Amino acid sequence: MKAVITVIGQDKIGIIYNVSSVLAEYDVNILDINQTIMQDLFTMIMVVDTSSMPVSFEEIQKKLEEKGNEIGVNIRIQHEGIFNAMSEL
Amino acid sequence: MINFDNVMQTLHMFDKEKLDIRTITMGISLLDCGHSNGDIARQRMYDKICRKAENLVSAGESIEREFGIPIIHKRISVTPMAIAAGASMDTDYVKFAVMLDKAAKETGVNFIGGFSALVQKGMSKGDEILIRSIPEALSVTDLVCSSVNVGSTRSGINMDAVSMMGRIIKETAEKTADRDSIGCAKLVVFANAVEDNPFMAGAFHGVGEADTVINVGVSGPGVIKEALESCREQPFDVVADTIKKAAFKVTRMGMLVASEASKRLDTPFGIVDLSLAPTPAIGDSIARVLEEIGVDSCGAPGTTAALAMLNDAVKKGGIMASSHVGGLSGAFIPVSEDEGMIAAAKSGSISIEKLEAMTCVCSVGLDMIAIPGDTPASTITGIIADEAAIGVINGKTTAVRLIPVIGKKEGDEIELGGLLGTAPVMPVSKFGCSRLAERGGRIPAPVHSMRN
Repeated sequence: MKAVITVIGQDKIGIIYNVSSVLAEYDVNILDINQTIMQDLFTMIMVVDTSSMPVSFEEIQKKLEEKGNEIGVNIRIQHEGIFNAMSEL
Repeated sequence: MINFDNVMQTLHMFDKEKLDIRTITMGISLLDCGHSNGDIARQRMYDKICRKAENLVSAGESIEREFGIPIIHKRISVTPMAIAAGASMDTDYVKFAVMLDKAAKETGVNFIGGFSALVQKGMSKGDEILIRSIPEALSVTDLVCSSVNVGSTRSGINMDAVSMMGRIIKETAEKTADRDSIGCAKLVVFANAVEDNPFMAGAFHGVGEADTVINVGVSGPGVIKEALESCREQPFDVVADTIKKAAFKVTRMGMLVASEASKRLDTPFGIVDLSLAPTPAIGDSIARVLEEIGVDSCGAPGTTAALAMLNDAVKKGGIMASSHVGGLSGAFIPVSEDEGMIAAAKSGSISIEKLEAMTCVCSVGLDMIAIPGDTPASTITGIIADEAAIGVINGKTTAVRLIPVIGKKEGDEIELGGLLGTAPVMPVSKFGCSRLAERGGRIPAPVHSMRN
């Protein structure tokens, strides 16, 4: 399954490292990364493949949320279907 | 491929514009549960509802989590109870409502609809028993919703039923007088009721439906409002086009949730209802959309035209986004459930008469309007008859959900809680219509109903 991870928050050193280390730990493969600074906020969108992930979607969601709280950014992971449905014909 | 801007725009809709799925409603047929012994019938119904809807709430929650889409309610609709319970020898159906309430609580859903009767042409024994049971049924249950269809374009208006409903609404108000007559918030009187409506209080599972079905209702006034903010001072052509695009996205989300829910619950997909359903929260109001289009306060001259265009553009945008659009599919204009409408009622810019005009061009009708508790039943009958006439003549669904709040008068306010919101008590005409209410009989079907 493909999922979209969005990370939004105050820019600081190591955000990508922190997020990708969680993903590596759970065998989540990164397919695409897009990152920019929008209105002074660090904004990153990652497309990932979760098919080899040994844990449930809920669990990775929790882990990422915890990591987000730890480093002070908002991290969300969502099924890619929602973005395709709303933006593509 | 996933586009950066699209992702951010979608997240913005959820976070700032209050986009959500209002409800996943599972329709369950009770036609195979009938029995001459009421206790056996109720047990069969209870078991079937609990079995079929066992995973409804958990499936809804997992979709919510995985897709990041807020899903506000999970609901159940059942076969109109007047039909399902009709085979029993019972002379009172309150116990059937209590059974529904218990099943709703067991499955964890927010509402269960279908304590209903379809009497547009006449009443069977079961219909009459059900209607007489409504006041007590709604006073002793929490989650049960009731509806009665009193007219249709094909059969005209059953004025005996309309008169009866005027009295039943008053009785329901009195039975729940200690709770601001909240029973009436769970009771709707329809003309041209639809069989696949996922919204309450009017949801029931029609007899032409499959055994079980998943219907989804979206929300999204906030998305439309914000989209319109980008085209201030533009001509109506631009406004209509902007609404269409926003409605398309909203409905696509509904379609996605519907197909996921259908898959996970192994239940056929029925329809997406693309009605724009408001909530009392700031930024989730239909009235504010109309004001964005250009009226100073909802109800001012121009409101009906703005609403007509909004309703039409929402349909045009939504219809391509789903393989099956159904239910009520239009803009809702409830008073208590819409922050802008509450403000308009308080400031006096909207009246029941203006709302009646607005119901000619949108779904559904005079909805969630608190009126003085001393309003005569015959006046309520007259209001229902007017609404039914609009529906029957124009071939559309109309409905009346009035709350005559016992002990309250014009200018008072009631707090219904949750999605039901806050309702200022609105004035009704001081001129009566008791002679009309007492006539009875049927208003014949209009000439344009004969299409064969």
